[in-house]
Amino acid sequence: MRYIPNSAEERAAMLREMGRQSVSDLFRGIPDKLKLKRSLNLPAALSETETLDFFRNLAERNTTRHTGGRMTSFLGAGAYDHFIPTIIDTLISRSEFYTSYTPYQPEISQGTLQAIFEFQTMICELTGMDVSNASLYDGSTATAEAVLMAERVTNRPKVALAGNLHPEYRQVVDTYVHNAGITEQTIITCAETGTVLPEAILNLGSDVAAVVVQSPNFFGGVEDLQKLAEATHKIGALFVVVVAEGLSLGLLQSPGKAGADIVCGEAQSFGIPLSFGGSYCGFFATTEKLMRQIPGRLVGQTTDTEGRSGFVLTLATREQHIRREKATSNICTNQGLYALMATIYLSTMGRRGLREVAEQNAQKAHYAAKRIAAVDGYQIRFSAPFFNEFVVSCPKPSEEILAELADKKIIGGLSLSRFFPEMKNEILVCVTETTTKAEIDSLVEALK
Amino acid sequence: MAAYPDDLHYTKDHEWIRVSGDTGAIGITDFAQEQLGDVVHVQLPHVGEKFDAHATFGEVESVKTFSELYTPVSGEVIEINEALADAPELVNTSPYGDGWMVKIKLSDPGQVDSLLSASEYEDFVESQKEE
Amino acid sequence: MIKKATTHVNQNEGLIFERSRPGRVGYKLPALDVEAEPIDSLIDSKLLRDGDLAGLPEVSEVDVIRHFTRISTWNYAVDFGMYPLGSCTMKYNPKLNERVARMEGFAASHPYTPDEFAQGNLELLKELEDALAEITGLAAVSLQPAAGAQGEMTGLMVIRKCLESRGAARKLVLIPDSAHGTNPASAAICGYQVKTIKSNANGAIDLENLRQVVNEDVAALMLTNPSTLGMFEENIEEVCRIVHDAGGFVYMDGANMNALVGVTRPGDMGADVIHLNLHKTFSTPHGGGGPGAGPIAVTKELEPFLPFPRIIEEKNHKGERVLRLEYNRPQSIGRVRAFHGNYAVLVRALCYIVTLGPDGLREATETAVLNANYIAHHLKDVYEVAFDGQPMHEVILNDKRQQKTGVHTLDIAKRLIDYGFHPMTVYFPLVVPGAMMIEPTESEGREELDLFIDAMKSIAREAEADPELVKQAPHNTRIGRLDEAAAARKPALRWKPAKTSSAAGRE
Repeated sequence: MRYIPNSAEERAAMLREMGRQSVSDLFRGIPDKLKLKRSLNLPAALSETETLDFFRNLAERNTTRHTGGRMTSFLGAGAYDHFIPTIIDTLISRSEFYTSYTPYQPEISQGTLQAIFEFQTMICELTGMDVSNASLYDGSTATAEAVLMAERVTNRPKVALAGNLHPEYRQVVDTYVHNAGITEQTIITCAETGTVLPEAILNLGSDVAAVVVQSPNFFGGVEDLQKLAEATHKIGALFVVVVAEGLSLGLLQSPGKAGADIVCGEAQSFGIPLSFGGSYCGFFATTEKLMRQIPGRLVGQTTDTEGRSGFVLTLATREQHIRREKATSNICTNQGLYALMATIYLSTMGRRGLREVAEQNAQKAHYAAKRIAAVDGYQIRFSAPFFNEFVVSCPKPSEEILAELADKKIIGGLSLSRFFPEMKNEILVCVTETTTKAEIDSLVEALK
Repeated sequence: MAAYPDDLHYTKDHEWIRVSGDTGAIGITDFAQEQLGDVVHVQLPHVGEKFDAHATFGEVESVKTFSELYTPVSGEVIEINEALADAPELVNTSPYGDGWMVKIKLSDPGQVDSLLSASEYEDFVESQKEE
Repeated sequence: MIKKATTHVNQNEGLIFERSRPGRVGYKLPALDVEAEPIDSLIDSKLLRDGDLAGLPEVSEVDVIRHFTRISTWNYAVDFGMYPLGSCTMKYNPKLNERVARMEGFAASHPYTPDEFAQGNLELLKELEDALAEITGLAAVSLQPAAGAQGEMTGLMVIRKCLESRGAARKLVLIPDSAHGTNPASAAICGYQVKTIKSNANGAIDLENLRQVVNEDVAALMLTNPSTLGMFEENIEEVCRIVHDAGGFVYMDGANMNALVGVTRPGDMGADVIHLNLHKTFSTPHGGGGPGAGPIAVTKELEPFLPFPRIIEEKNHKGERVLRLEYNRPQSIGRVRAFHGNYAVLVRALCYIVTLGPDGLREATETAVLNANYIAHHLKDVYEVAFDGQPMHEVILNDKRQQKTGVHTLDIAKRLIDYGFHPMTVYFPLVVPGAMMIEPTESEGREELDLFIDAMKSIAREAEADPELVKQAPHNTRIGRLDEAAAARKPALRWKPAKTSSAAGRE
């Protein structure tokens, strides 16, 4: 087996040296009746060529822009097709990055530690917050962690979540809080704008730990975070802003500036491939005041015995390996390599590139919305400003429309009836910088 | 070698209290700070909070561990040591002096009698070490 | 003598922000092909960013490559050599896995692609579920959990939901004192109180003690097997029987599955739930701290409670077999993560399984156990072995013999760095004072194992002859021991521009 250096003869020699007859000698701690007396019922080992063929066949059964049925897609909804600079893959393919462990030994992990420190800095810049952690699993679990943290900080039993929060994020929060003694309340959104109104927050009780609002929301609309923050603080709750489309931060006012207490979300848009939904990279940022309640790992700067600057994992007493059942979270392994991908992306695009990509998204999405709205029977459902996604109301059930589009090699977007039964004619359409004008025009033609 | 001043009263949780009149200053012992190592953060209650004896009133953290702080006797917090916010290391360098944590107004000064004297506490520490 | 490593010129590098120069560009986008509108005519200007992201750098592509390449060289990695972190299973990460995970049909696939256009993905997930079910000897697998700790949480939630359906969720989860810290933290999230149970003198579960504490309040026993002491829980069947008889479940932490694959199966032992760390046993890279994946395998009884969606087989209108994601799962605990888990990690794990096949998987297990025993055999006269008994895939030493010269576990670990190795896991499990937990994995050849053994012996001699040399280690790294107390007292968790204070912190 090529991944095992020692030959069978060498292994036999090692056993002899140890005074053992056979390798089964080493498994005598396992009661005989528990031993598997047969081979695992799995297919026999494949060669490298056969393995590649096996996976190529599977990959070709998936339809993407260049594989399978080769279709144009307008899917977004928390997972975005953006331009990925080639050098990200070049750099993360360095063994030093991807075959190393969590940087518990700082003297030989400075590369990983410094990269995380840079990631934390960039997330702070983008979100307008003081402190960012080293990443969480994804946007959905980051949102759940925000809710749990708000309960710890405020000692209040309820959490209010916007009705336009990503439905799968909401489902994950439901699962996490179910046994934590926290009750949930949904903030009804405005039927016309699709956004959260400050009045809806002011009507919540004084027992609410957190108001959780996503912007751009699941329908693509940009929330007026400043007004919502003011309302939230009036009822004494923490204002949690969820950002599922990280790229929007290149263009939109930072949630921190609007008054957020926690900003969490998904960094997938920063150079991370779609990969059928994972791995992605959750981020989590808060204020200095709440720093000691943050879940997950943190990297800090310090000096060594000679006064040289370096980085270490810090504030570890918050974490499970020390605090056990009283930890701020059970998270251990996070998304290290994917935080590095985001860091490389943000370095490569830089302050100007991020703005330019974000503007292209907004421009193209608005062009698409305008053209679709001009087709007979189609309307843009909500009036709120949007970034790169918007809801289209169709003249008949969206499932029928999407099936017709599929025949023309277009995945037209996400049918919202999947999550909102009352929205049976609605489609969530996403347009990014990778969508060409020609592709938008063919979608519009196909709808006619 | 850890030291235990005679004018203090001690607990088996390794806190001390210095009583003057009906108030008392509370901190952790030299032995406790040695066990913890470099103290990096002290979480203290607010002035005005009331605690029963043996209640958790805060938490002290070092790099690799943490320990809850327990009130030796019951009372109301009248002052906290603000200096620890910027200089938690005072707990290491001056456990009985500048490293004090809270001052409380005792609600039942009689409870002090049940605490350990310096020599009793020292014996207790020694017996712990043997284990 | 230090044989494995030697010092060499090492590039210095500041932070990426310090490389920033106005006007540098690292990207090229296609020109905007629609007519540009003034941006504030599209989105109200009060919702737009007014600062200009001053903290993000302006650098060229070359700058980015140089920066990250330089800092990468400051890391140790599996591809350099043995990485003996106990309980972390730092095995070789096959390059074929990496190539496969990057295939466009996987990497460019959107998670909301309609099922009919994602049959390859669904097939892959199904294959992996089936393989992991066979390896664990359990009925059903959920691939959704993103890491081991999330697998623990998910597994306990499944148990809780099942107990609720039987009538009561119960209150307690029993966890041995040798357990990983995620176990109690995960139990707490599931609303359970943790009761710690003591290990016996051999580091195993004390059956008498277990019988006494198990009652109708106990929802589950969480147990790692082999234990974190590296030993197989000999009485595992009896342990399971005691818990089952009281109506509780046995949750097995699969962190140490690399000792068992192909040799014995948790399902056959009586475990009801197990999570697997694909980034340990199934060779997916640790990536400097993730991503991992923590699928769980459960018994038939627990299957209805698994997270949704589940993959099901159907016939389409042409009578062909197709796979579909089923969301209607009324008894499910819900979702633990958006979409379908850490899919790219799952692709790599299946690649590992199909490349090794049943014989290769067993050979890997046997070799991992052989390597750990080989190390134990050669070091047992120099370092104290924490527990008598037959070690499996890892061995635990302590620093008792070295302490008399003032040398402690941490010093030995740091000195190992000078010898060209990553240190072993130290001070874990907590029940072993001064623990040094060594897990070589199957990926080490005899020469590398011998180099490690020589290094450990040499350090033991140094601890006698020149304890200060060990206590001041490492000596050959670009940076010495760091002031962790200062880092925690006044945390500096982000870079701030030196001059313009307005650019620091909030814009």
